[in-house]
Amino acid sequence: MAVRKGLLGKEEALKVAEKVLSMSPGELTEVSVRGGVSNLTRFSDNYIHQNVSESGQGVTVKVIFGKKIGTASTNSLDGDSIKETVDTAARIAQLQKPNDEFNGIPGPATYHDVKTFFDSTFDFSPMDRAKAVKVVVDAATAKGFKAAGAYTSAANEVCLANSLGLRAYHASTTGNLRTVVMSGTGSGYGDASAMDVAQICPHGVATTAVEKCEMNQNPVSIPAGEYEVVMEPHAVAEMVGYLVRAGFSAQAVSEGRSFLVGKLGQKLFAGMFSVWDDGLDPRGFPMPFDMEGVPKQKVVLVENGVAKELLYDFRTARKEGKQPTGHGGFGGWGPMAANMFMAPGQATMEDLIKNTRRGILITRFHYTNMAHPMRVLVTGMTRDGTFLIEDGKITKPVKNLRFTESALRVFGIVDDATKEAVRAGRAVVPAIHVPAFSFTGVTEF
Amino acid sequence: MKELTVLALEKAKRLGASYADIRIVDKKQESVRTKNGNVESMGSSRSKGFGVRVLYNGAWGFSSSSMVRPDEVERVAEEAVVIAKASATVKRDRDIVLAPQKPIVARWESKLEIDPFEVKAEDKIKLLLEADRLMRGNKGVRVASGGISALREEKVFASTEGSYIEQVKTETGAGIEATAADKGELQRRSYPTSAGGDFASKGYELVDSQKLLDHAERVSNEAVALLSAKQCPPLTTDLVLDGSQLTLQVHESCGHPIELDRVFGQEAAYAGTSFLTPEKLGSFRYGSLNVSIVADATIPGGLGSFGYDDEGVPAQRTVIIDRGMFRNYLTSRETAQELGQVSNGTARADGWNRIPIIRMTNISLEPGDWTLDEIIKDTKEGVYMLTNKSWSIDDKRLNFQFGVEMAYEIKDGALGSMMKNANYTGITYEFWRSCDAIASKKEWHLWGLPNCGKGEPGQAAHVGHGTAPARFRKVKVGVGKWQ
Repeated sequence: MAVRKGLLGKEEALKVAEKVLSMSPGELTEVSVRGGVSNLTRFSDNYIHQNVSESGQGVTVKVIFGKKIGTASTNSLDGDSIKETVDTAARIAQLQKPNDEFNGIPGPATYHDVKTFFDSTFDFSPMDRAKAVKVVVDAATAKGFKAAGAYTSAANEVCLANSLGLRAYHASTTGNLRTVVMSGTGSGYGDASAMDVAQICPHGVATTAVEKCEMNQNPVSIPAGEYEVVMEPHAVAEMVGYLVRAGFSAQAVSEGRSFLVGKLGQKLFAGMFSVWDDGLDPRGFPMPFDMEGVPKQKVVLVENGVAKELLYDFRTARKEGKQPTGHGGFGGWGPMAANMFMAPGQATMEDLIKNTRRGILITRFHYTNMAHPMRVLVTGMTRDGTFLIEDGKITKPVKNLRFTESALRVFGIVDDATKEAVRAGRAVVPAIHVPAFSFTGVTEF
Repeated sequence: MKELTVLALEKAKRLGASYADIRIVDKKQESVRTKNGNVESMGSSRSKGFGVRVLYNGAWGFSSSSMVRPDEVERVAEEAVVIAKASATVKRDRDIVLAPQKPIVARWESKLEIDPFEVKAEDKIKLLLEADRLMRGNKGVRVASGGISALREEKVFASTEGSYIEQVKTETGAGIEATAADKGELQRRSYPTSAGGDFASKGYELVDSQKLLDHAERVSNEAVALLSAKQCPPLTTDLVLDGSQLTLQVHESCGHPIELDRVFGQEAAYAGTSFLTPEKLGSFRYGSLNVSIVADATIPGGLGSFGYDDEGVPAQRTVIIDRGMFRNYLTSRETAQELGQVSNGTARADGWNRIPIIRMTNISLEPGDWTLDEIIKDTKEGVYMLTNKSWSIDDKRLNFQFGVEMAYEIKDGALGSMMKNANYTGITYEFWRSCDAIASKKEWHLWGLPNCGKGEPGQAAHVGHGTAPARFRKVKVGVGKWQ
C-alpha cells in the first residue's frame, strides 16, 4: 500500500515502533503505533448539519520490569514526545507493585493476508459523501418525509511490535451509510456498510428506509406480553452480541461471571443455533491479528446448540494452558469477539412472516442494556418499524415496545432463520423466528 | 498559541468563511486500576490537537489534526472550508445562523486543593490495594476492583468574532466495586456509585473525602448478601430512590430530552429525538410541584462546570423545570437562534477532534425539605432502591427502565428485607408528576458522570447531577422473568 496522507504507512510506523523499542529500558516492551483519518457527513431534517474530518496518530508503550508494568501514550510522534512517553511508562512501571497475573507477552507470528484497504474508500471526498446523502434526502423528500443519518468513511492503521520480535502492521478502510426516514407518525431504517464504499448503494439504503417508513405510519398501541417474533438482522446481531460478550470470554468464565461456568460442551441452545467468531472472514470486518499481535483464529462458540469453545487473550490462555485465539487487547475487559457469524437457515423473510400466527416483526432495537449478565437478561426498546403479524401477514404497524428478555431463552427456542445472513454491526446474521418473546412495556409512538 | 489561532482564522476568512473558530486542546490523563490484589493497569496519556470549524455559504465544515504546527493549521482550515462547501450542496431553505455573542477575551481555571498529578502513584496504589484487600476479606467476592483517575484539559478557543479564551480544567474521580457470584447468581455493589465511582472538577481532596476504606467491607458484604436476597417481586408500589440512582434518572429522562439539537432531530438517526417538542416550552407539566430542575455550569467543583462553553459563551445557570413546568432547553448558538433566543452556553466538544454539540452541564434536581428517614417513615408500602446498575430509555425519552444494585422493601414506614435484581419502569412525565417528596440540601450531593455518550463520531461528556433521595408514587417495579 502506498503511503497516504494522514496515515504513516507500514515503513514509517515500524520505524516509530523500532525507535520506541530502542529507547525503552524495560526487560520487555510492547508498542502500538496507530494512525487514521475519519470523515463523517451527518444529516437531519433533509440537510447536512454536521460535516467533519479528523486525522491523527498515536503511540502507546508498555514497559515491563519483571511483573511490574507501566503504560503511557501520546498522540505526538516527535522525538521528544516519544522519549517522554517511554520515560513515563518506565517510571510508572518502577513505581508499580508486581502483577501476579502477568505471564509474558506474545512472540513473533506469521499472519494471513486479508485485503481490507480500498482506495475507493480512502479517496471518498466530502462531495462524494454529500452526493450520497442527497440521494437519501431526495428519496425522503419525494414522499414528504424527513431523513436523518450519517455517512462515514475512514481509514485506520495499526502497527504492533514488541521486544520479543513481534512485528505486525495492518491498514483498513470502512464506509457506512445509515438513515432514519421519518414522518410525524412513524419512521423507517436503512443502512449499508463495507470496507469498499463502492459496495454501498445509497439508493438501496434510501429505498429500504423510505419503504419501511411508509409501512410504519400511524402505529397502534398493543398490550405488552409474550408474542412470537420475527427479528430482522440488526435485532438478531444485538442479541448475539450480548450472548457472546456475557458468556464466551474465558476471563468471565474463570471469574465465575459467565453462564457457561461448568457448562461447556453441553447443549444449551436450539439445534439450529450455531455461532462463531472468525477474524479473517471478509464478509465481516476482518483483521489478521488482535491488539496483542496474536493471529486471529476462527473459534466455534456454539455448534448445533452445543457450547463449544471460549475466546482467549494471551493472559487467560497462558493462565489456563491454552493457546490464545486472537481476541485480546481489551485490557481488563478480557477477550472479546469482533467478527461474529450466526449460521443461516433455509427460509426466506416471507416464510418467517407466513409461519407466524400472531406475532411482532422487529426492525431493530434501541438503547439496549444488560439487566443481568448470568441470565443474559437484556432490556431495550424497538424502533423504526415494529409491526403486528396476524395469520402470516403483516397487518399493521404498532407503537414501540419495551422488551426484557434473556438471550439464552431467545437462542434456546429459536426455530427458524433466513438463508441469507447479512452484515449488521459487528456480526453477520440471518433474520430469525422466535416462538415466544417477552415485551414488558409500551411507549407512546 | 495566539499566532496559530490567527493563522487558522485568517485562512478561513480568506477562503470565504463567514465565521470560523479554532480550539487547541491539550489533554493529560493518569489512571490506576486495581483488581483482585493486583494493579490491573496504570497509565498516562496525552492527546494534543486542534479543530477548525467554519461557516461557508450558510453551512458547516470542520476539520482537525493532531499535528499542532503552522502548515497543518492552514491545511486544516482550508479543508474545513472544502467540507463546508460540500455541506452547502445539501442545505435547508435557510442558512445556518448563529445567535449573537459578544467577543470575550478571558482566562478561566477550575479550583483545586491538592493537584492529583502531584500525588505519588505509590499512595494511590496503596489506597486501592488496601480497599481491595478489605473487599476480598469476604470470601464470597469473586472480583474486587477499584480505580483512581485524574484529567487535566488545557484549551484555547478563538473565533473570527474576536473571542480568545483560555481554560484549564482539572478533574479527579475514584471508586471501588465488589462482585460476588455463586450458583448462577451474580451481584455487585459499588461505592460511591457505579460506573467507576464519583468524579468532580476538584483535586485529590475528592478522593480523600470519599474515605474508600471505610466503605470497602460494607460493599463486599452487601454484594455477597445480595446473592441470597429475596427477588424483587413484580408490583406497582411507591418507590424511594437514593441520590445516586436518581442521578441516572435525571440524566436520562430530564437531561437528554431538554437538548435542543435532539429536539430538532440532529440526533435522530443515532440516540434519538425528544418528546419535548417546542410547542411544549413554557406550557408542559413535566413533573409535580415538588420538581424543579436547574442547569448550572457555574457550580464550583461540578464535573459539568466550566468558564465558557466551546462556542465562547459564558457558563450559566438556567431554570429548566420550575415547580413542575417545563421552562427552558439547553441550547447552542445555532439552535437558540431557531427559537429567537441567545445561547445558554452548553455547546461542548470532547477534545480537539470533535465539534461542539449541546451537552448537559450540571443538571440538578433541586432539594426539598424532607429527610430520607422521614420519607421512609411516611411510606406505608414500597421499595427503596440504591445505585444504578442498568439503564434504557426509548428514542424520544419517554419509556424508561432502570435496574439497581440493591433494594429494600418498605413496610409500615420501615425498611424490611434486602432485595436483589430490582428494577423499575415508567413514562418520563408520569413518573416525575408522581414525585411527592424530596430530601433536603443536607442529603443533596452533586455527582459527576464522566461518560455521557452522544453524537457521531461518538463524544463522551463529563456532566454533573445534584440529587437528594426522593419518593415516587405507584411505580411499576420488578419487571421481567427472574425465576
